[in-house]
Amino acid sequence: MSVVNYTRTLQKVILNIGPRCYHRWVTTASVALRIRDSKQNFRCRLWCGLLTPVHYQYSTEGNTSKVPSVATWEPVLENQLPPAKQVPADLVDKLERLALVDFPNQEGLVCLKKAIRFADQLHVVDTEGVDPMDSVLENRALYLREDAVAEGDCADRLLQLSKDTVEEYFVAPPGNIPLPGREEC
Amino acid sequence: FIQRLLRIEVSLALKEGRISPTELCRKCLNRIKKTHHLNAYITVSEELALKQAHEAESRLSKGVSKGPLDGIPFAVKDNFCTENIKTTCASNMLKDYTPPYNATVVQKLLDQGAVLMGKTNLDEFAMGSGSTDSAFGPVRNPWSYEAAYREKSGADPDADWVIAGGSSGGSAAAVASLTSFFSLGSDTGGSTRNPGALCGVVALKPTYGLVSRHGLIPLVNSMDVPGIITRSVHDAATVLGVLQGHDVKDSTTVTDHPTPLTGLPDDFDPRNIRVGIPKEYHGPGLSQETLAQWSRVADMFEQAGFQVEQVSLPHTQHSIVCYHVLCHAEVASNMARFDGLEYGHRSDVSSSTEAMYAATRHGGFNDVVRGRILSGNYFLLKQNYEHYFVKAQQVRRLINEDFRRVFGSGVDVLLTPTTLSDAMRHTDFVQEDNRTRSAQEDIFTQPANMAGLPAVSVPTALSSRGLPIGLQLIGPAFQDRSLLTVAQWIEQKVGFAPIRYHGDAGEGEIRVDVLPSTPTVWEKNYLIPC
Repeated sequence: MSVVNYTRTLQKVILNIGPRCYHRWVTTASVALRIRDSKQNFRCRLWCGLLTPVHYQYSTEGNTSKVPSVATWEPVLENQLPPAKQVPADLVDKLERLALVDFPNQEGLVCLKKAIRFADQLHVVDTEGVDPMDSVLENRALYLREDAVAEGDCADRLLQLSKDTVEEYFVAPPGNIPLPGREEC
Repeated sequence: FIQRLLRIEVSLALKEGRISPTELCRKCLNRIKKTHHLNAYITVSEELALKQAHEAESRLSKGVSKGPLDGIPFAVKDNFCTENIKTTCASNMLKDYTPPYNATVVQKLLDQGAVLMGKTNLDEFAMGSGSTDSAFGPVRNPWSYEAAYREKSGADPDADWVIAGGSSGGSAAAVASLTSFFSLGSDTGGSTRNPGALCGVVALKPTYGLVSRHGLIPLVNSMDVPGIITRSVHDAATVLGVLQGHDVKDSTTVTDHPTPLTGLPDDFDPRNIRVGIPKEYHGPGLSQETLAQWSRVADMFEQAGFQVEQVSLPHTQHSIVCYHVLCHAEVASNMARFDGLEYGHRSDVSSSTEAMYAATRHGGFNDVVRGRILSGNYFLLKQNYEHYFVKAQQVRRLINEDFRRVFGSGVDVLLTPTTLSDAMRHTDFVQEDNRTRSAQEDIFTQPANMAGLPAVSVPTALSSRGLPIGLQLIGPAFQDRSLLTVAQWIEQKVGFAPIRYHGDAGEGEIRVDVLPSTPTVWEKNYLIPC
């Protein structure tokens, strides 16, 4: 069998085993072959040469890949962050009145503090003189269509979606009554 | 088997009459019933699907096809409004909500004759990175039940099933488990690409402003984009060609968009394309296998003649924190519409409006959503506005500038990992809370959302546990076509084998002869020619 055919069969076998085994096998083989190099005939050298480029395609160790082999992030240390913000009880009440999610218990507070601490990492970035960005389409003019009625007249369908309606009105409980505070609960 | 075919092959088969749309629809519906344990669907629109399939059949018999998607089954994530079909966002708040209109993207697909299979499961209101926080139960990754996972990791699928990724986990699971040929997801911080990578399917996030968001229940208005999940890059390009375009009902869609894609060029000279490898995308926690795949594809590019270079996006590390603040702030604003008055869940408390709102929102939202609303309101308080929200907006501009600088220097596409590793087991995933997991899983995907750039995740190989690993390509704004061309090149070269369908014997499968067998991809490219 010619060297090329033999190599092709060998590759099929090895590539089926898996890249890791292949890498190890080829490394061992090429080392063994190199040791015998002084006695090599042309066929063995050709085989080495043919295998090496294929080896290069599959191994990830010691190659010239542009992919960094170690993580490149710089850890953000606790002392780089601003001091941890306190969340006093009245602030929690205020947040609750704004958010209206009924979450003023201990669990909610813990969650909030973690979120705030995570967000504090923003302050290691220097943003001196940088404009805030509202939208990625900020350089385009907003499309405005003609101020003409295009659709509508679907009051019935929309009212059906609500649980409590009277004629054409959505029914709401009495307003202007503040939420009870934490002491009153 | 018919369902393993790609959409383009099925479309051809439908046109040539080798299979009828009704038959195809029935097979997909049966498949949905068989894969019920995956919990990928919240609502299956069986009657509507069959009706649409009949209509497609009559159209095809007359020879008047509506387009390349006529008669093709698809699924939609449950935060897109669909007329007369329950749209829940996987939340108690909208559990019984039936919208009176179709989202623009859904309407466009229905106008093309595609057949809607159902609404898929997701994380509640698209907040999460595992599809585990749904009011209807978590989504299981179809690969948990494949032979590869069982054999390589010795796991019992029912106890050790892996997550599908989030938040469009149901959509990705639906496509991966062969119940639909493509599906719509939504991508705010990687919500389409993350499950796409973990479920081994192609997941595209188009440029912000290219596809209409009308009808997509919003999470973060400045970052949301409807995502497309398919089994091949060519299908993704076809669907994007149908969906892109200006919509008068969405003022954030652009009017000067590029011409719709009608296909991807097969021949291009790799030597003209510069691929950037951003060094900051080797973040902490990146698994060795994903790193190996990343290196492998980078080397593949280099071997083929692409110009590969390392680039730097210095603010990548802070992108996730910036996303965290902006996301919470916009969520606090967007979730304010759910008060129980006009639609959705309403509590019985009626002592005052405020009390009713609070009780409704407590009952309607889960802890994740409520936590985000609370912290979002904190960041938007007058005393904190400059300190957190405006600061985050400034960092967003820096991130945008990073990308602009890199693409401006002539780089055509960036190659990065999509996720830190292959899919985690559900039991391991829920050890940490949703916020921590999102902060870990979204690190590579959300910078593209911050800058509004198109990005696609392509599956490359199976890990040592038998689960898919995907890589992400990011392109310049509105260059979706070029991005997909490069993605298609990778897809052809890596030869990723999708899920094998364990056929249902005795169902009378229709055999469809596809392409004649060609030498496998690696044989063509890696063996030395004689």
